[in-house]
Amino acid sequence: MWLFIVSDSLTFSALLVAYAYVRLSNPDWPRPFEIWPAIAKSSLMTFILLSSSLTMVLGVSAAHRGDRKKTLRYLGFTMLFGLAFVVIHATEWYTLMVVDHVTPWSNPWGVPLFGGTFFGLTGLHMLHVTIGVAYLAVVAWGFGNGRFKPEDVEVSGLYWHFVDLVWMFIFPLVYLMSVNLKG
Amino acid sequence: MSAHGAAAETHQVGTTKLFTQVWFWLLALTAIEVFLAYLRLNPALMLTILVGLSLIKSALIISYFMHLRFEHLGLFLLLIPAMVFCICMMLIMFFPDSIRILNLRPH
Repeated sequence: MWLFIVSDSLTFSALLVAYAYVRLSNPDWPRPFEIWPAIAKSSLMTFILLSSSLTMVLGVSAAHRGDRKKTLRYLGFTMLFGLAFVVIHATEWYTLMVVDHVTPWSNPWGVPLFGGTFFGLTGLHMLHVTIGVAYLAVVAWGFGNGRFKPEDVEVSGLYWHFVDLVWMFIFPLVYLMSVNLKG
Repeated sequence: MSAHGAAAETHQVGTTKLFTQVWFWLLALTAIEVFLAYLRLNPALMLTILVGLSLIKSALIISYFMHLRFEHLGLFLLLIPAMVFCICMMLIMFFPDSIRILNLRPH
């Protein structure tokens, strides 16, 4: 899992560097994110992901202590946080696409690459969160019926914390660097 | 990784209090980032501070939540320097050209 995390972190690094380059190349790069809804929602999503990491690490500790009931409870909370993240993110995408008419290839501000980079980066991250929730569900099921060991819960935790870690870069670079200060 | 014999024993590291403290610091650093976004700072300075804070947050997550601080030094040496090297290679390509682009902009 560590080797996968290193390779996946390089994928996200390459995308973030490409995003930075594209952004620098466009002097008219839009700054559309106002405090409501975009920044408020993305801050809440950050809080949710950080809290899910806390419940995940507590779940791993409970698994190593052999406390099956608490492990499953913490994994359940982590999955709920993950689902909440995806749902809030989807509502934010909906607002951008339907209200602001931003798509991956066009937007009202005349910088099509804004949508391409935004939906590319956040979409790949959202895909990781969705896969993470499914992965945790399988691990919880296997740990619950004794098929999986505490080490399996720990490895799934590594993946989940990595998803959290990637958001710690996407949130400031994509959202906070594009705050609309005129609003 | 913990696929060896004494894994369960060696990985009983960190207490609920420690993890809650780390969570609190991560939230506090995030709050500082959001506050900074509204200060109308110079974009280059803002980017430097935000990336700096994100690196601190990553270090906290990797060290405590991902347990790397409690693993063998060999695992750290196997993973982190190679990853940092690859990211530096990307930045070596990124910086000269992006500085050139910035200098081409009309002032």
